[in-house]
Amino acid sequence: MADLVSHPDEVRVVSKRFGKGATNIDRYLELDGYKAVQKALGMQPDVIVNEVKNSGLRGRGGAGFNTGMKWSFVPKQSAKPKYVLCNGDESEPGTCKDRLIFEHDPHAVIEGVMIAGFAVGSTTGYIYIRGEYRYLLEIMQKAIADAYSRGFLGKNIFGSGRDFNIYWHGGAGAYEVGEESALMESLEGKRGIPRIRPPFPAVVGLWGGPTVINNAETLASVPHIILGGADWYASLGPPKNGGTRLFCLSGHVERPGVYELPMGYNLKQMIYEVGGGIPNGRKLKAVVPGGSSTPLLTPEEIDVAMDFDSLTKVGSMLGSGGVVVLDETTCMVKFALRIMKFYRHESCGWCIPCREGTDWLEKTLSRFHAGGGLKKDIDNIQYLSENMLGRTFCPLGDAAAMPTISIVKKFRKEFEDHLEGRPCPFEEQGKIEQLPVMAD
Amino acid sequence: MTFSDQFEQRFAEMLTHYPTKRSVLVPTLLYAQDEVGYLSEEVIEEIAQRLDLTELEVRNVISYYSMLTTKPRGKYNVQVCTNIACLLRGGEELLEHCETKLGIGHKGTTADGLFSLEEVECIGACSWAPAAQVNYDFHENMTVDKLDRVLDEYKKRPHSRDF
Repeated sequence: MADLVSHPDEVRVVSKRFGKGATNIDRYLELDGYKAVQKALGMQPDVIVNEVKNSGLRGRGGAGFNTGMKWSFVPKQSAKPKYVLCNGDESEPGTCKDRLIFEHDPHAVIEGVMIAGFAVGSTTGYIYIRGEYRYLLEIMQKAIADAYSRGFLGKNIFGSGRDFNIYWHGGAGAYEVGEESALMESLEGKRGIPRIRPPFPAVVGLWGGPTVINNAETLASVPHIILGGADWYASLGPPKNGGTRLFCLSGHVERPGVYELPMGYNLKQMIYEVGGGIPNGRKLKAVVPGGSSTPLLTPEEIDVAMDFDSLTKVGSMLGSGGVVVLDETTCMVKFALRIMKFYRHESCGWCIPCREGTDWLEKTLSRFHAGGGLKKDIDNIQYLSENMLGRTFCPLGDAAAMPTISIVKKFRKEFEDHLEGRPCPFEEQGKIEQLPVMAD
Repeated sequence: MTFSDQFEQRFAEMLTHYPTKRSVLVPTLLYAQDEVGYLSEEVIEEIAQRLDLTELEVRNVISYYSMLTTKPRGKYNVQVCTNIACLLRGGEELLEHCETKLGIGHKGTTADGLFSLEEVECIGACSWAPAAQVNYDFHENMTVDKLDRVLDEYKKRPHSRDF
């Protein structure tokens, strides 16, 4: 459905089967499918965990935690069953990569879930896909059924004497459910309200059993690590930031699309060379480097390597790989307002700083953008946001606060330009023009 | 109340997926809504009974998820994304165009029951923005003209009220 793009700088690992018909299980087998899982069947759990740890694979959902390390937290012995849960509730604004993985390479996710299961001693996996992605849920349902029919799932998989089951699960619309403890609540048939941690899911997760939760892209990377080896995968990116990443380029760029680039790829190069630069000869104003929750970067800050540690150094985050480019015609107050409107809508309402903070901030920003702002509001927006940081049970409060703080700090003049009844200076230029689209 | 055979098969299959019955609730509600059009009193009662839950527990879950609704809506639910990536490429203009063309606002339904309109949050089409979904179908790289053509195509489909 979604158009594929390509660029010579791409290093195709997770996307290497995109566009090659790999949803068909026979085609998948021709393209080295189910080799990794068979290799992993012959490996000791500790060896798998160490291999993934040494590969430098870090969580592709946004937090960037070392995947092998996360697996190592699951206790070896457990009275309750252990589970693997694939997080396919992709919904961070700016992010559209898991969609392509499910669309083009669903069996890679299945393999990733199985290998994670072998590593932590689990025999059951769940693949949770957001409700809006109905066609992808159907692709996954078929992929799972095909894997069962070939004996790759179920009892005595690949004649190994071992069993492994994978089940699909569909959501029904909720950003918050992408947070791992809320995801478990949702899968258990409840509202997606986060759980208090500790205990962490690796110890007490689904139905009380130890649970490994990984993003779909993270799990789809695992079979490649098992086949290619930790050293090869680690060597694709800078130290401690192994491999490649699906970057979702969107907004004001000539060639938006999902590109698989090595970790540490330069952001400026990504925008100007891979993405073809800003359309209509306009200037760059800001970049969202990793989905709507990450602090924005100014044009002076974009000469940066896109890996977890380099982005942290410049005061932002690599997040979920959603790179949103804003040109000079963008009103930053309006942009901040749209981000806040989103988080107000998605706040589950449990923590007061998040529930009240996002609502108050949306109202203030809305009044501000309409020209009713007061000078003291600018500091108030920052103060309110800073008071949400770290004061909520889950990261949604932080996600709302972080971009807002960065916009107030880096684009304060734009707030001042809206003061005391002045209309938005950007609206005067007329409505946002429709940009040329890539394909019909 | 009765659902389709496909619903029943899927429901029976899902019950085998989990150690608790309740875990089938969220996907089951969405599949039921696909058949009936919305989560009516009758549907809620039926699902609560099947899963040994109170109706209140089921309503509690319904109110959390943005795709679930207890109110009838049009046969074709037009969902226009205006979140950041779509905003930058004309998502708001698309929404305004839909409002004018259909004569309804956010969460409104046309008098003939054919279309509903919704401003939605990110649907995962950022690199193909602006985007909209009509029911579950994605329509990407949209322009006002393309959207007109898409809506006209839905309009031309046979007008039964089966979902």
